[in-house]
Order: sequence, then structure tokens, then C-alpha cells
Amino acid sequence: MSRLPNQPGELINRDNVLRFTFDGKPVEAYEGDTIASALFAAGRRTFSRSFKYHRRRGLLCCAGQCPNCIVAVDGAPGTRACTEPVREGMTVEHLNAQPGLDLDVMRATDLVGTKFTPPGFYYKTFIRPRKLWPLYEKVLRHAAGLGVLRKEQPEREWRTEYRRRHADVLVIGGGSAGQAAAKEAAAQGDDVVLVDEGPLRIEPIAGVEILARASALGYFDGIVPVWQGDTLHQIRARRHVFATGAIEQPLVFAGNDLPGVMLSGGAVRLAQLYSVSPGTRAVVATTSDRGLEAAATLHDAGVEIAAVADLRETPSPAARALSERGIEVLTDHTILEATGSKGVEGAVLGPNGVQGASVEKPFKCDLVVVSGGFAPAMSLVLQAGAQTRYDPARGCFVLDKVPPGVTVVGEVAGVDDDVVAIPPPVAGAGRGKCFACLCEDVTAKDIGLSVEEGYDSIELSKRYTTVTMGPCQGRMCQLPAIRLMAKETGQLLEQVGTTTARPPWVSVPMGVLAGRPFEPAKRSSIHARHRELGGNIKWAGDWRRAYDYGDPQGEALAVHQAAGLIDVSTLGKLLVRGPDAGEFLDLLYPNRFSDLKPGRIRYGVISSDAGRIVDDGTICRIDDDTFYVTTTSSGAGAVEEWFSWWLADWRMDVKLTDLTQGLSAVNLAGPNAREILANLTDLDCSPEAFKYLDGKQARIAGVECLILRIGFVGEVGYEIHFAAAYGEHVWDALMEAGREHGIKPFGLEPQRILRLQKMHILVGQDTDSESTPFGAAMPWIVKLDKQQDFIGKWALEHYATEEPATRLVGFTLGNGYVPTEGSVILDGLGVPAGQVTSARFSPVLDRVIGMAWVPSPLARDGSQITISDEGRTTEAQIQTKPFYDPEGEVLRS
Amino acid sequence: MSFLLTCPNCGVREVTDFGYGGEISARPRSRPTLRQLGEYNYFRRNVAGVQREWWFHRSGCRAWFVAERDTRTNEVLFTQLPADPGDPSAA
Repeated sequence: MSRLPNQPGELINRDNVLRFTFDGKPVEAYEGDTIASALFAAGRRTFSRSFKYHRRRGLLCCAGQCPNCIVAVDGAPGTRACTEPVREGMTVEHLNAQPGLDLDVMRATDLVGTKFTPPGFYYKTFIRPRKLWPLYEKVLRHAAGLGVLRKEQPEREWRTEYRRRHADVLVIGGGSAGQAAAKEAAAQGDDVVLVDEGPLRIEPIAGVEILARASALGYFDGIVPVWQGDTLHQIRARRHVFATGAIEQPLVFAGNDLPGVMLSGGAVRLAQLYSVSPGTRAVVATTSDRGLEAAATLHDAGVEIAAVADLRETPSPAARALSERGIEVLTDHTILEATGSKGVEGAVLGPNGVQGASVEKPFKCDLVVVSGGFAPAMSLVLQAGAQTRYDPARGCFVLDKVPPGVTVVGEVAGVDDDVVAIPPPVAGAGRGKCFACLCEDVTAKDIGLSVEEGYDSIELSKRYTTVTMGPCQGRMCQLPAIRLMAKETGQLLEQVGTTTARPPWVSVPMGVLAGRPFEPAKRSSIHARHRELGGNIKWAGDWRRAYDYGDPQGEALAVHQAAGLIDVSTLGKLLVRGPDAGEFLDLLYPNRFSDLKPGRIRYGVISSDAGRIVDDGTICRIDDDTFYVTTTSSGAGAVEEWFSWWLADWRMDVKLTDLTQGLSAVNLAGPNAREILANLTDLDCSPEAFKYLDGKQARIAGVECLILRIGFVGEVGYEIHFAAAYGEHVWDALMEAGREHGIKPFGLEPQRILRLQKMHILVGQDTDSESTPFGAAMPWIVKLDKQQDFIGKWALEHYATEEPATRLVGFTLGNGYVPTEGSVILDGLGVPAGQVTSARFSPVLDRVIGMAWVPSPLARDGSQITISDEGRTTEAQIQTKPFYDPEGEVLRS
Repeated sequence: MSFLLTCPNCGVREVTDFGYGGEISARPRSRPTLRQLGEYNYFRRNVAGVQREWWFHRSGCRAWFVAERDTRTNEVLFTQLPADPGDPSAA
């Protein structure tokens, strides 16, 4: 590691050496180094290969602004080496170069292919023959781009935390102006958040929450997302202070992308913060005092200054100070060319606007320091609604109007009183490639070509050449591109205007934005038992549920032959209570509940006012004023919302209590279910005393339960609801009592087989947002003769008289083939006319059964339908009655 | 979309806490024609300006309430429970 002596303000700790690898080779760094500073200290000058021409690119800004040092860290592409701190053991790799950074075969596109690769070449060259596009695309994708995402991502170990933060004042930018604004606001008693993305430590300020190494990504309707490591802060403030500073601009000249051409700020940062000398002999080209100050700083650090070109005509005091050090300062000069093959070997300076070999001055050097003035970093404040104007004195766009509640301070506000010369749009044209845009390899010539081809507005040229669309997001190229556009079209800069500022302002991993921040898994109180029993646990909506215990067919058969037990705690459970409860339910359901006798159960389908099926479930009347409503598992929340919405509108004397989380439920079903239950309760379980669709309250194994005798799975069954705290106790008691009766736990999958045998619909599986009770073969559920109004009545009156286009029916298949759910039903002409919603092999029936929406004329027993399953067609027989126990004799026994 | 809403029970919260119930429209009192029914089910006034609408505090107290919001600026003029006195929709 070659380092300068201790620099005041250096960020490195020379006592702590860290090790990492770059392209497999070991690199040493000091604590506090960035990847780039360590690599540069180790002698590396080429950090990337350019997007299109695969030219060598080296450090330019050292501030995370430009695209030149983007690398992959631990397999993740898109990290800027100049701002990413070195961590012990990290793996760093280059992007977009084959076989390596120092020998890249795709460089041929630069050396011989330039005339074949003007802007938009891929639109022109690779369009014919059309069928070859996939091949072209593959080649192009390989040739260009910014790294490759691994196809197989390792299990993600980190996750983004979302944090909401409300504040009085948000200050973006922690430079001196931002810190002063934060301090002032906090002194007035405001709750202040200060966000800064730089590497410098900010001293604590009383009353200010400082988010360091954190990037504001954009401004969205008053919310500023701030990315800080594993946290995405979503900050909402009453007032915003933008202290985003200004961005040093490069100059457009021949070879301006050679490694060794650095912005003055970048060269100074490398020397001062990391004590790395950016070169040994430098040529400086500047349009303001910034470059002169950098020359002095680098000179102090031991860099020989070959010459300084100052574009301004009059020497400033800083220029005179340099002359006194013996440094040659050429006023009214600029840089025409940087020369060299792998990096800067020399530079050619010349008087501004004068051509010819006689006036050019070549210098030998290994570093070219440029400063093309500063452009205010306005993107975020523009997103917040500010407007710009062109400032001819500063040669750049500045803020004109800011919206209420927004303040701008520091360099973004344009307080810099430095005298600036406005650089020519391009210098040294004809000597080599002059890059306007480093990210996308767009040259000054390319922008001229785009204008020739008619893309003569900055927004059109942007889309055609992709200038400003790369990783720097216009930081380095917007102003140069506007200047070139003005030159090519003969317009003024204010006529050319700027491109629209859009988020995100900094490159941000997709995972930070899209990662699910909070994935609560609901588990029933019996969940541990399912795991112990070897349950195949999967997601079912928000729930983790046992799909089976290893043998779904066997589990289904056990329910038919002996007994089965399933955890149905996921069902929605609502207590509807009050003097108006019956009337309330009469209004919400197409059938009646006010006439339901206490202790009895009725099935209900909720319909919308458009007559469409919303949800279904059973309702048990517990006493005159109390109904126990169950809903589907996935519909629990929505039904509660639906009920409470209508209640808010109607203001009836009804109280709703959502018991979904508080109660567990299991379904005990099968020919032996009655006997098992009877062993655990004093309740008379005889068929005469506890009939089908009775609901009774009793103790089971000492626990107060509500027992609903219903038949979702088609055998004698008891749905047992009880306080969730007793989940395992009741489950264990039932399993123990059932052992001698052959009880088996069964999961969601066998339950789906069992209910399909009975053609019991699953709302959302067998129905969609268009399904009506009539189409779903449940006309009996709609009581149009009800006296009172109910939700959906008018639409259902209409549908009652109209033949639906399709109806939900059952079908059977003879050949053992189970069609994919979603397969298409073809009509007689081979036109899609319906779809399969459910299909399973039924072990008890020994054939494939299913349900499908078919054209109404075909919805008759014995009709043949054709199912098309991704090209495979098969014939099936329609059946309208349940496949198993069609008359319900088993159920009622 | 992002703004703040004041739940009449819980206070000021981010809009993402809430469910939107749409503009308040009157359900027909007696049997509508098919066209009226279609308009009630599917048509919205969709005003550019202040509208009365339903909101549900989904991640909070799970209460429905009424808000007046300017759809152009997302400025919420007021919120109240539907049973609050002075709410015209309580009539």
C-alpha cells in the first residue's frame, strides 16, 4: 500500500489492516478505506470497463456520483467502490469485462466497431430477421450491462426493516449548511431529522436525529424514503430543508474518460481522506477557483503540477498564488485531449476557441485534474415541486421557485460566489472520443447524430442515445448534454431545458424497496402438534397450515372408514349479538336467519349488491340475540369489514365481535366420530338428540365448547370451537379418545378431496368475482320471497330470470388423468367456454372428479365436455349431484 | 399516494393504516331499474374536488368513518364517525 504521510482529517486507521479480495487476488486495506481507495493504493487504475465500448475507466469523482467504479460485492452487482467501506473478508469483483478488467476482448467494439455502433444501432441493425432477435438479445445483453445477477440466489439472510418517522423538519444533506439548518430548527424546539450520505462523521446536535451514511431516495407526496443499511426510513416531515450541495461537472474533451482523468474533488478526496496520492505529475484544467485550490492541495501533498489551464481570462488571486509556487497557470486555456493507452500519459492544453498545432501545449503527466464548475444537486427538491431557470452567469440551471414548506440552503441554493467560466460544449473534437455520458458511452458526436436524425429535443435525445439514463442519473452528463444539444440545434440553454428529475436519486437494491418487510405468519394454537405429527406445513393465505401428514389419500380414506381430525382454527368466527342481530343477518344474506331456531345451524352465502358471491359459511343461532357466524379462512377479515361497514351505515342495535384469533376449532369427522365425542362429554350425542345442523354448547375434556354438527367433508362431523388456549389439550384428548377407533389427523389436501366429493364450493377457488349463487348451482340459497330487502336482492331477482352463460357443475374422468386447475373447457366448436376450478383423484370413488364452469346448455347430467389442458384435450362426463352420498344420508345419520 | 388521515378513535395515522371504502353513495331505497342498479353498483362520480368517502381503520381500531377529502390534493378536510352528531349522513 503506497500512502502519503499522515494527512489532517484522514479517515483511515493505519493500525488496523483489513484484507479482502478483488477478482480473487488478496488486497490489503486500512480500516476506514473504501474499496476504491484501497485498490488505488495497491496500484489499480482501471476499475471498470465501459458499457458499450469496453474502454478502461478509472476513479473520477470518489464520491459515489459517477459510474466508473461500480463493482460486485459478495456477488451483488451495482456497488460503488469509492463509497463502499472495506469489510474484512469481502469478495469484490469487476463487472462487464471478459476475460478480465485488464484484457477485455469486447474492447474490439471501440477499436474497430465504432462506426457500426452509433446511438440506436441495436434498433437499426438487429431487427431483421425478426426471429433472430432472441439470439441478438442474448449477445447484446452479454456484451453490455452492469453485471449479472446470480440465477440461484442464496437464502437471503438480511431483510429490510421499514421504519416510519414523523418529524417537524427533515434536513437532507449534512454539510455545513445542512448542519446549521438542523441546529437552528432544533433550537426552536422542532423535532429534526438530518440525513447525510457522506463518509464524514457528524457531531451530535441536540434535538436532531442524525441518519449517517443514509441516502434520501426521492420525494413522494411528502414522504422521503431514506435508505440506511438494512433500514428504509419513511420520513414524513412538515418542512423540508434541502442541503444537497452541488456536483462537480466534468469537461468534454478527447480522451476525457481515460483512467487518470479525475474531478478535482475526487483527486482531493483521495489524497486528504485516504492519504492516497492520485498521481505523481498532474495537469489541471478548470473553469473556477476550485481547480486551482485542488492544484494547491495536491501540490502540498507532493504531487508535481505540470501546468494549470484556467478557462477564465483574468487570473484570480488563487491563480497568482499558484504562480508564486512556480506553477505555470495558462489563463483562457482549456484541455483539448488526454493521451495514453491504459491510462493518462499526457495532456494537450490549448487556448479557448483557437485551433492549430502552433498554439497547443502538450505535457507529460499521469493525472489530469478537471473541474468544469458545479451544478446544484436539485433532483430531490425538483421532485418536491421546485422549478428551475437557467443562470447565464453560472452556466447552469439553478432553482427558481420552491414550494411552500421547502427551504434550500448551501450550494444547492447557489450561494457560491466563485467566478466561473462557461466551458465550451466540447473541446478537442476530432482528436478522439469526447464523452458526454460515461455511463452509457454517449459521445458528443452521438448527440449530434441524434439531432441529425430528428431527435432534437433533450427528452427525445435522452431516450434515443440514453444519455442521463445510466447509473449517474445525469449527475455527470445532464449539463454537458444540454450544452451539446444547444450547440447542435442552435438553441439557448433555457430553450433546451432539462430532463425530468425522477426517483430514485441513488442506486438502491431492489430488495430494499421490494422486500417484504413484515411477513407475519399466523399459526393456530395447535400448530406444534402438526409439526410433531410430520405435517407438511405450507402457506395458506396468511396462515401456516398442514397440507397433509404424508398420505393425503390415506387420510381421506380414514375419514370415510374410521375418523379424522382436522384443525380448522383458521375459519373466520364472528359473534353477532343484539336485539337486531337476526334482522341484521337477514339484510346481509340472501336467505333467512331471523327464523332460525336457537341451537340450529344454517348455511349462508354472502352476496354483493351486484349479486356476486363474496363469501360463505355456517351460522349457528346460540340464543335469541346471539348468532355465531363462521366465514372462509381467507375471507375472515373482509367479512368482518363488510359486516361492520353495513352496520356503520344502518346503525342497528348489533354488536360485532371478531373471535377468529381467540377461538380454535377442529373438525372431528367419520363413522366413528360420534363414539369418540361421546367418550369426552356428558352431552347426549345420539343421532336423535344431536341432529345434523344442531349446534350445542358442552364441555369436551373439561373445556367449554361450541359443537356444530355440520358436514363439510361429507361424513358425520362435529366442528368443535373453543378458547384457543386449550388448543393442544382438546386436540390431544380427541386423538387419545380416537386412538382405539382408528382416528387419523388429516390435512388441508385430504379435506379438499373430501369436500370436492360433496361438491361443496370453495369461495375463490370454485367461484370468482363474476359468480352468482344461481350459476354456482345454489338457487335454493336465495330467498327472493323474503319480505325485507337484502344485499344483492335486486341483482339476484334479475339473475333468477336469466340463464347464466356458464354454470358450475361436477365432472368425472375415466382415464385417471387429473386436469390442471384452470384448464379450459371447450365448446362444440373448440372455443374456450369455461374452466376447471377443482380436480382431484378420489380414493373412495376410485376415479378423478372435479368441478368446472361449463356452458349452461351442457350443464346436464351425462353431458360430455372437452377439457383442454395446455394442449392436451380430454373428454369428461358432467355430473350435477354430489359424487359421494348424493342424497346426504350418511351426513344425516 | 401518501397522506395522513385522522381516525376519529385513534388520531393521526398514515393512510396505509386504512382501507378505502370509496365515495359515499346512497343505496336505492326501493327496487331500482336495471340501469339504476348498474349505476349504483358500477358507476362513481369520481369527482375532481372534495368528496365524502368511507374509510376503515384496518390496522387500528377497525372502525368505519366518514372523511371529506379533496381528491386533487389529498387534503383531508375532516373525519368523523358516522354516528357523530352533525353528520348529515346520520339523517
